[in-house]
Amino acid sequence: MLAYYLRLGLLSLRRNPVLTALMVLAIGVGVAASMTTYAVFRAVSANPLPDKSSRLFVPQIDPWGPQARLDGSDVPDALTYTDAMALMRDRRGARQTAIYPMSHTLIPDDVSREPFHVSGYAAYADFFPMFDAPFAYGSGWDRAQDDAHAAVVVISSQLNRQLFGGANSVGRTLRLDDHDYRIVGVMADWNPRPRFYDVNNDDAFNDPPDFILPFTQAVDTHTDTDGNDLCRGTTGREPGWDGWLRSGCAWVSFWVELPDGAAAAAYRSYLQGYAAEQTRAGRFHWPPNTALFDLTQWLRHEQVVPPATRISLLLSLGFFLVCLVNTVGLLLAKFMRRAGEIGVRRALGASRREIWLQFLAEAAMVGIAGGVAGLLLTGVGMVSVGLVFEPEIARLAHMSAGLIGLTLLCALVATVAAAFYPTWRAAHVQPAWQLKSH
Amino acid sequence: MQIGPVLAALRHHKAGTLLIAVQIALTLAIVCNALFIVHARLARLSQPTGIDESSLLVIGNEWAGKPNADQMASLMAADLDTLRRVPGVANVYATNSFPLSNGGSAMGVGHSPDKLKYVTSAAAYYADENTLSTLGLKLVAGRNFNANEIGLLDGKAYVHPAVVILTRALAMQMFPHEPALGKPVYISASPSIVIGIVDRLRTPWVDNSMAKWADSSVLVPYRRLTPVTQYVVRAQPGRLGDVRDHVRAALYAANRMRVISAKDGVRTFAQVREAAYRDDRGMAILMSGISVVLLLVTGAGIVGLSSFWVGQRRKQIGVRRALGATRHDILRYFLTENLLIAAAGVAIGGVLAIGLNLWLMRQFEMDRLGIGYVLGGVAALLLLGQGAVLAPALRASRVPPVEATRSV
Repeated sequence: MLAYYLRLGLLSLRRNPVLTALMVLAIGVGVAASMTTYAVFRAVSANPLPDKSSRLFVPQIDPWGPQARLDGSDVPDALTYTDAMALMRDRRGARQTAIYPMSHTLIPDDVSREPFHVSGYAAYADFFPMFDAPFAYGSGWDRAQDDAHAAVVVISSQLNRQLFGGANSVGRTLRLDDHDYRIVGVMADWNPRPRFYDVNNDDAFNDPPDFILPFTQAVDTHTDTDGNDLCRGTTGREPGWDGWLRSGCAWVSFWVELPDGAAAAAYRSYLQGYAAEQTRAGRFHWPPNTALFDLTQWLRHEQVVPPATRISLLLSLGFFLVCLVNTVGLLLAKFMRRAGEIGVRRALGASRREIWLQFLAEAAMVGIAGGVAGLLLTGVGMVSVGLVFEPEIARLAHMSAGLIGLTLLCALVATVAAAFYPTWRAAHVQPAWQLKSH
Repeated sequence: MQIGPVLAALRHHKAGTLLIAVQIALTLAIVCNALFIVHARLARLSQPTGIDESSLLVIGNEWAGKPNADQMASLMAADLDTLRRVPGVANVYATNSFPLSNGGSAMGVGHSPDKLKYVTSAAAYYADENTLSTLGLKLVAGRNFNANEIGLLDGKAYVHPAVVILTRALAMQMFPHEPALGKPVYISASPSIVIGIVDRLRTPWVDNSMAKWADSSVLVPYRRLTPVTQYVVRAQPGRLGDVRDHVRAALYAANRMRVISAKDGVRTFAQVREAAYRDDRGMAILMSGISVVLLLVTGAGIVGLSSFWVGQRRKQIGVRRALGATRHDILRYFLTENLLIAAAGVAIGGVLAIGLNLWLMRQFEMDRLGIGYVLGGVAALLLLGQGAVLAPALRASRVPPVEATRSV
């Protein structure tokens, strides 16, 4: 019977092609706009490390005091070198690492090739196990090598392909600017997005880093940060690299792994105690002001999802809603125009249930057609998404099986839902009334 | 035209009436806010940078092999010399940043060395005696830097210039009641004397959060000796393409221990501008697209439902015509009906539009929606409704009186 109703529906839809086309297009456009913006939103709001995100934390310590925030600015979203080193020394978390972004030039041995730019991070040994970084060859370095300021490096699979043709390069030497580093590990393809450990430097969606080397070594070679150096609240500093390290400028990211809630609570009180100690020692002139964010809180705090993406999604959904209201109206017109036909069917013994089935089936046909139109338009949307969003973000949005299914499902469910009221009206047509006037 | 009968008839089409009104209300709310966003974005696009953007080229250079400060000073001097000798180059200087580059250094500018008591934030641009003419800045008071005032600044050294050039906006903010020329300002622990004022020079950032001081820039007389340098090059009129195609090769020919990205190491200022505002332009496109399609959908929806009503009431229309109503009366009936529904819709929609805007303001730091947008949107939707109902109404007016006698 359902097949018959579907055929009937198709017939009826063909009877006024303009009205049908209007409904199908409205649903198609509405669902396509929503799906395109949703694909972008989903890509930028993803949890980059779902298994561990509740165990990774970012501490914040106010190094400037409330006076620096009179203009409404926030506590800096990085630590000063002094504070980061104190937390590293105390090692109160299960694992912890200070991080900063850096870059070098790489001069190929082959003199006919031009030097090129590589970017990466300075970090501690815990970085790799903490963030579940996968290795193709070798491994990270160990804590002893941190303490020894070892000249070792872990490189990305991409750089390994570029320099060594993808072979196992562990043990070989990498020359970054004027220093040699021994390669201890080659990472497998790894680029969590957003790049949670560097979102404070607006680098959430870039290509993966080329290398990671020990923080202690990077500081020894006076390699400057590639990220932000927030110095606003600091009153001058001594010249030179040591003056920079001792300054109140905030530029070091810090991550700590805490296995459970109790550990997080303990770390909170440790932070507070540390800041209080700084106040007692006369370094801070304000009551301790610290915070501890877990990974998802941190992404929210740093507004990783651009407001534009959120607004686009919201307005697209609003747009879809209007398209649905429109569909309700048009279906109502379409169904009620056939009141006579309904009257005849009812008089010939069709139950209300049958009417319900018939008209919902017809709506489902519209929904499916709308879904297909929506799919095509979503495809167009994906291609032109680069027009609307920044390229780093736009390239994250792509057609997946899930998205195709979701598009069709959304169109179908929304249309059938929109058909409920018109169908209800159709099912309650009084047969006697209709028969009398004909 | 009496509206009593229209209202009475509408009571028989509660659902359809409500649907059209709701659709108009939602459309108004969304379109108002979307167009408001479009306008805000376009306004940002058209903000002047204060520099003469035509014939301007920027080159991002990074030294390879980590030369020390002395080496960098001579490398940079050699590069400036090389660039000057590229055919078609009018002028050039080296800096950390330029307007719309979206990266640079911000400083507090104040009347005392106390860093926490600054008057405003400002962008600090490293400049030399060629900066004004390269960028095409208009000096409105005072003088340019002299070549002998340009200091060399080692990577992590402290910025404490003896003299600075301010933008007019910054000068006005620092000294609202007196000329700023010759006065000291503090961007470091020691005073810097204002020797010149340029008409306008935008900061590197287009970000909303820094919009408050977008015209506050300070030129500091330094060459900064860090591995990454930006060269800003002015080409002679009409030679921009030539210069763009040759500078990279010329620099590599002079010294190949460097990195200038083959992809975006050399950019015309038009490309810089395009990249800086990509996000804004994208939002404007998306929001205008949504608005246009939304209005079309709503218009089409009104056509659809009105046609249905006309079809349903052919008999009644015939009766009215037979009783002496003119075509004009019938036409006016449907127009009035639509106007009443649309009026209810825009009344709700106006409130929704303002509510949505208030919510967006709280969530996304947007500005307050001007009442002009709501009024404009109301007018547009009323017109849209009338336009959409016109065709069905005309069809209704052509229903012949004889229809009254049929199918009874």
